[in-house]
Amino acid sequence: MIRRILASAAVASTCVLLSVPNLADAQGMVAGERANTGGAQTLEDILARQRGEKIDDAFRKNALGDPDSAAALSNQLGTLGGTSDAEVFRALRYGEANVTVSAKGPATAVVIQDGGMRWLQLRSGALQEYGGNLLIIVLIALGMFYLLRGKIMVDGGLSGIKLIRFKAVERFGHWLLAGSFILLGLSGLITLFGRVAIIPVIGKDAFAPVALACKWIHNNLAWPFMIGLALVFVLWILENFPNRHDIKWILKGGGLFSPGVHPPARKFNAGQKIVFWAVIILGCSISASGLSLLFPFELPMFAKTFVILNDTGIPQLIGLGELPEELAPHEEMQYAHLWHAIVAFVFMAVILAHIYIGSVGMQGAFDAMSTGEVDRQWAKEHHGIWVEELDRKADAEAKSAPAE
Amino acid sequence: MKTMIIAFVAMFALAIGADLALEYAGYSTEERTSGDAVRLG
Repeated sequence: MIRRILASAAVASTCVLLSVPNLADAQGMVAGERANTGGAQTLEDILARQRGEKIDDAFRKNALGDPDSAAALSNQLGTLGGTSDAEVFRALRYGEANVTVSAKGPATAVVIQDGGMRWLQLRSGALQEYGGNLLIIVLIALGMFYLLRGKIMVDGGLSGIKLIRFKAVERFGHWLLAGSFILLGLSGLITLFGRVAIIPVIGKDAFAPVALACKWIHNNLAWPFMIGLALVFVLWILENFPNRHDIKWILKGGGLFSPGVHPPARKFNAGQKIVFWAVIILGCSISASGLSLLFPFELPMFAKTFVILNDTGIPQLIGLGELPEELAPHEEMQYAHLWHAIVAFVFMAVILAHIYIGSVGMQGAFDAMSTGEVDRQWAKEHHGIWVEELDRKADAEAKSAPAE
Repeated sequence: MKTMIIAFVAMFALAIGADLALEYAGYSTEERTSGDAVRLG
C-alpha cells in the first residue's frame, strides 16, 4: 500500500516537474518573447503565419551560425564546426550558403527557393480550380444558349449571291493564329491538368511522351502564334476602331437573342471588335509572359513591372502592399507562369464563344473564313452598312469605267 | 479551305524552323544548363 502511494506520488511529482517548464514556455510564446524560445519562432509567429500575415523572419534569416566560432580541432566538439544542420539549411533557404554546382546557368546555385511552395499551391489549387470552372461555365452557357436560341439562321433565306468578305492573306493570318492558339491551349491544359486528369487514366508511362510532345508544341508554336497575332493586328486594326453603330449594336444585343433583329454594322460589328481587341490585348500579354518563360534569364519582366506598379500606388491602395522589386529568376518564372495561365484561361473563354458563333452557332458564318465568301443576304443581315459600302464602291467603279 | 491548310502547314514549318534556329543559336536546354565539364555531342 505504502509502495503504491509512493509510486503515485512519484508519477504526480514528475508530471508537475514536466509541466512547469512547458507552461512557462507557452506563456513566453504567447507573450511573443523570442528570448524564451532560445531565439526560435514564437507561438505568435506561428499563429501570424497561419493567419496569412507576413512576419519579420530576420531572427531566422540571420541565424546562420558562425564557422569562425567553431571549437578548435583539439577540442571535443572541434569536428562539428560552428554551424549546425539547421543553420546550413537556413543559409540555403535564404540564399546565403556558399554553394558550388557543376551545372552552369544564372540560378543553378539556388538549392532551396523559398517562394516555390506558394507557387506550387496556387498552380495545383486555385489556378486549376478557378480556371477549369471558368471553361466549364462558358461551355455550359454556350450549350444552354444553343438549346434556347438554336442556330441563328439567315432570316431572309440564302440569296445564292456571293460577296468576298476576307482575302486570302486575311484568312491565312486568321488560321495561323487560330491553329496555333488551339494547339497551344490544348497543350497548356494537358500540361496543367495532366497530373490530376490524365495520369490517373493512362498512367505515368503513357503520359510521359504526351507531356514531352506538349512541351515541344507549347514552346515552338508560340512563334506562329505571335506572327499570326501581328498579321491580324496589321490587317484589321483600321476596321476595328469603335464607331457610333457599335452602341446601337450592343443595345440590341447584336440581334443574337431574338430572330429578325439585325442592328446595322460595318465590316466588323461590335461583338467582333470586342473579340479583336481581346485577342490583341490578351495575345500581347500572353506573348510577353511566354517570352519571359522561354528566356527566363534574358527577359525577366515582373520585377520591372512591380517597380512601375509600386510607383503608381495602386497595389498599396488595394491592400496588396509594396510589391517585391527584386526577384530571383525562379520567382520571375513563377510569376510569369501564373500570369500566363490566368490570361490563357480568360483568352480561352473568349475564344470558345468566338468559335461557337463562327461555326455551329450561326448559319453561313464559317464560310467567311473557309472560302472567304459569304452570302449577300447573310451579309445584309449582319453587316448591312458594309454591304451598302460595297454597293456604292461597285457603282462608283462602274460609273468611272469607260463605256465600250 | 486551301488557305486554311496552307496556314496550318506554315504553322508547323515555323514551329520546326524556330526549334532548329534556337537550338543552332545555343538555346537548347543541354547547351544552357550543362557545365563546362560536360561534352555535348
